[in-house]
Order: sequence, then structure tokens, then C-alpha cells
Amino acid sequence: MGRKKHKLKHSIRKVLKKRAPNRSLLGDVFILIMLLAIGAFLALPLVLVISNAFKPLDEIFLFPPRFFVRNPTMNNFRDLLVLMSNSWVPFTRYFFNTIFMTAVGTAGHVIVASMAAYALEKHGFPGSKTFFKIIITTLMFSPVVTAIPNYLTMSKIGFLDSYLSIIIPAFGFPLGLFLMKQFMVNVPNSLIESARLDGASEWKILWKVVMPMVKPAWLTLVIFSFQGLWNATGGTYIYSEELKTLPYALNQIRLGGIARQGTGAAVQLLMLIVPVTMFIITQSNIIETMASSGLKE
Amino acid sequence: MKWAETSVKNNGTALNKRKNRLKALLTEIYKHRVAYFLVAPFAAVFITFTIIPVLMSIGLSFTYFNMLEAPKFIGFENYRNLFLVDDIFLTSVRNTFVLAIVTGPIGYMAALLCAWFINELPPKIRAFMVLVFYAPSISGSVYLIWGVVFSGDAYGYLNGFLLDFGLINEPSKWLSDPAYMMSSIIVVVLWMSLGAGFLAFIAGLQGVDKTMYEAGYVDGIRNRWQELWYITLPAMRPQLMFGAIMSVTTSFAIADQTAQLCGLPSTDYAVHTVVNHLQDYGQQRFEMGYASAIATILFIIMILSNKGIQNLLKKVGR
Repeated sequence: MGRKKHKLKHSIRKVLKKRAPNRSLLGDVFILIMLLAIGAFLALPLVLVISNAFKPLDEIFLFPPRFFVRNPTMNNFRDLLVLMSNSWVPFTRYFFNTIFMTAVGTAGHVIVASMAAYALEKHGFPGSKTFFKIIITTLMFSPVVTAIPNYLTMSKIGFLDSYLSIIIPAFGFPLGLFLMKQFMVNVPNSLIESARLDGASEWKILWKVVMPMVKPAWLTLVIFSFQGLWNATGGTYIYSEELKTLPYALNQIRLGGIARQGTGAAVQLLMLIVPVTMFIITQSNIIETMASSGLKE
Repeated sequence: MKWAETSVKNNGTALNKRKNRLKALLTEIYKHRVAYFLVAPFAAVFITFTIIPVLMSIGLSFTYFNMLEAPKFIGFENYRNLFLVDDIFLTSVRNTFVLAIVTGPIGYMAALLCAWFINELPPKIRAFMVLVFYAPSISGSVYLIWGVVFSGDAYGYLNGFLLDFGLINEPSKWLSDPAYMMSSIIVVVLWMSLGAGFLAFIAGLQGVDKTMYEAGYVDGIRNRWQELWYITLPAMRPQLMFGAIMSVTTSFAIADQTAQLCGLPSTDYAVHTVVNHLQDYGQQRFEMGYASAIATILFIIMILSNKGIQNLLKKVGR
């Protein structure tokens, strides 16, 4: 016991020592308490989703609603399994569709956006400034109205009712290029210049020199892109049942009526697990780069 | 005779100059051919699925188009109707400005401060806090919980709480009484505002050169606020710009929150936004010409506010 106490004291001292010299202890404690309070408020939906998924039916319809589950049950998940095995198209198919579109779309988006961002930021070719200005400007346009011209374009080039209708437009989202370019500003030009003098090709400079330095940027982009594509229903562009996505199939289950409220909650939890896991993995990688970076001009 | 000669001569040199300039441009383009190859895939997709649709939409704003017949050119009539006939549009512009001016700057500052505070925590706690703060953006059931919180009967969390403490005598209709709707929506929007900007700030803080802080301590930076203003913020100016533009695009495009919680249209159009108006005409009435005119006006408003914010950001750290 005494030893444990001693260890705790030691680690606290270590944390205190590590703090930056111009911080006051009182300020740090105050900020931490404030962060915890805001965090608790922000985390409410996550807690509700988890808690709802394990609620028995009578607790879901309880009035006044109770936030936390009292008698947790796995029934919702069991019902979901039964429903999934009854569906007309095998459930694995929906799962594959979503995984495939999300993986290819995200990878393509990161690669294509990084290539373009590198050229725009570090080459300054004729027309690059204008092109970037156009990209920023189009970010301001409401996607509600471009949906219809897009539909017409896709029917002309034969993208309708295929994976391409989701994957290809994802490659050209302006957000990704903008994010990558903003981070590449901080990559020193001298570093690129010396790589060029050493005889590296532009392709090699991008993947071996620039990309490792902007790892936090593209990991962040992976999070955005993954999240967006994971929730894509393919709505207006895909009609074949066997090409539809997981969110579509799970929505069908959720809309099945009052009796399915419980399974609906289970569905929500399942849909959340993958993006959250993805987020945790990516975030821990961003933190690791902090230790490994330090390459600066 | 002499006059004609000189004019011919001048013409010749002007032509030569233009030719030389073109030649210089072409060699410049050739020199950067690798860059064009790198941009090409993005440009192809971006032009097809963003630029062309945007231009098409701006063009359609001068037409009457119901999606069944071919668009009919009607000049500025859509715009004239928007400003002179359509009262609801003016209401929606006002609501959009109120929401954007309140939630935009507050959300941006909150995202920045939270990212900065969280960044100073030890790595494991830090990763956990980032997840918690980003939670509203990940979980899809965002509106579900707010529907329960703001429910208009005594069973809603907020009403139940306020009744318990005797602060109100009867339940308030938070989402259907125009007196409360705007504030309810502002709460929800602010709660969701730690999105793209927040994550970019977290990532951007990683890239700030650590040696600059040491130099700062030596140079006599006294507290954390000076450190933020003179070192951290100038070093992450590109990310600040990213966050600002994201903040403009999200705060002017608020629509889902109002439609999901208060309905479309909401009571007395109390929280009807420009994008709600756009959805109404584009997706429910199929008047694409009119909807495109609404989109174009919102576009112009957003570009102007973006210009203003970029000028403000230039003053950071000075």
C-alpha cells in the first residue's frame, strides 16, 4: 500500500515536471475540469446509443425516458441476427458493398488529393493559383442543387447503378485537397530542393519526403473521408438491391415498425463501432507522429 | 506614307511580343508538365462533378425549369421574385444570418480553444478526450437525443428538469413555439460545431515546431495566452484558414438541424434557413430554376463573408 502511494506520488511529480514552464497549476486544474464538463455533455449521444442497444423493450418505451439501461439484455442483437438472415439479398453482400466503396473511395481520395495538393503548393505552375481559388470558391456552393446536374452527368457517362457513382466523385471532393495543401505549406522547400538535387523523382519526393511529414493531415483526411463514405446510402444513384449499402439495409430494418425499435438501437451501435474504431486507430497514429517529427527547417 | 510605315512597324513588334509571351508561357507549362500530371486526376473528377454542376446551376437560375419540360429562359425573374415577392425568403435570410453570426464565431473559437487545451494533455488521456469531443460528429443519432431533450411535454428531459426545480410551471414547447425555437437550434448547432475544424486544429498543433516555444520562453513570453497569440497561432495559420472556411460553409448551410427537429417548414418559419428554402423548392416542389437562384444568392453571401474573415485572420499574431 505504502509502495503504491509512493509510486503515485512519483508519477504525479513526473507529470508536474513535464509541464511547460509558463503554466500555472491552478489554470491547468481549472481547464481540465472545464474540459471534462464539456466532454461529458458532448459524449451524451454515444452513451445513449450504447445504453439503448442493451435496453429491453419495456425500458425503451418507458416514460419518462431513462438515460441509462437498468436490466441490460442481448435480445436486440439476437433479433437483428434473425432479421438479417431473413433478408432477400445475403447480408454479407451489403457489408461487402459498403466496405468496398469506403475503402476504395477513401484511398483514392487521399492519393488523388495529395498528388494535386503537392503540385499546387510546391510547383506553382501557370494556372495553379487560379485553380486553387476556384476550389475554395466551390466549397461555398450548396450541394443540394448540384445533385441534379450530377445525376444527369452520371447517366450520360454510365455511372448510374454502379459502384463508380459513389467512388469516383469521392476522389474529387475539394475538402481533401484543401486540407492537404494547407498542411503542405509547412513542409520546407529546401528539403524538397535537396531531394531533387539527390536525383529523386517528383513521385518519390511526394511519397517518401512530403507525405511522411504531413502524416497528421492525411490521417485526418482518412477520418473525414471514411466517415462520409461509410454512411453513404447511394440513395439516388444506385437502385439494384445487390449493390445497395449497409446503411440502406440497416435503415430498412430500423423502419420496420415499433417492434423493431430495439433492433434499431442495436443497428445504430453496430454502425458506430467501425467508424469509432477507425477513429481511435487513426488518432493514436497522429499522436505517434508527434514523437517522430521534429524535422524542421 | 510615313505614318503608315510606323503603324505597320508597331503592329509587327506587338505581334512579336505576344508571340514571345506565348512561347515563354508554353515553355513554362512544359517545364511543369509533371505538376500537370499530378493535378490531372483530381482536376478531371473535380471539373466533372463540381465545376460543371455549379455552372449549370447558375445558368439554370435564369430559367423556369420544372424537370419535366426543357428549361425556359426568363432572365432575372427568379431573382426579382425572391427579393420582391417571396417574404419567406427574406425571413430565411434573416434566420440564416442570425444562426451564422451566433454559431460561426463561437463554434470556431470553441473548436480552437478545446483543441489547444486537449493538445497539452498526456497522450493517452488526450486520445480519449479527442474521441469524446468529436463524438457528436461521429454518432448518427444526433437528432434523436435532442428530440428527447427538447420534447414539448413534461416528459422531455429539459422540461422535466425545469419543472422539478420549480423554475417553470408548465412545460414549454422548445421546438414548436417560435419564442424558443431559435435558441434551441443554436444550442444543438453549437453542440455539433466541433467537427472538421476541430480535427484539423488538433492535427495542426502537432506540426508546430517545439523549439519555437523554447525560444519564446527565453524571449520572455509570460503566460499561456501570450504563447498562443505570438507562437502557436501564427505557426498554424494554414489550419486556421481551413477551419475558418469550414466554419463559414457549415454555419451558412445549417438546414438538417432545423428540418429534423422543428420540421420543414417550421412553425411560422421561425427557424427556416436559406438552405431549408432551397430544399423546399428543389426537392419538394421541383422548381429547379428558382432553387438555383436561391443557391446562387447564398453562394455570393458566403463568398463575401469568407473574404471578410480571411482579412481578419491576417491580423493574427501581429
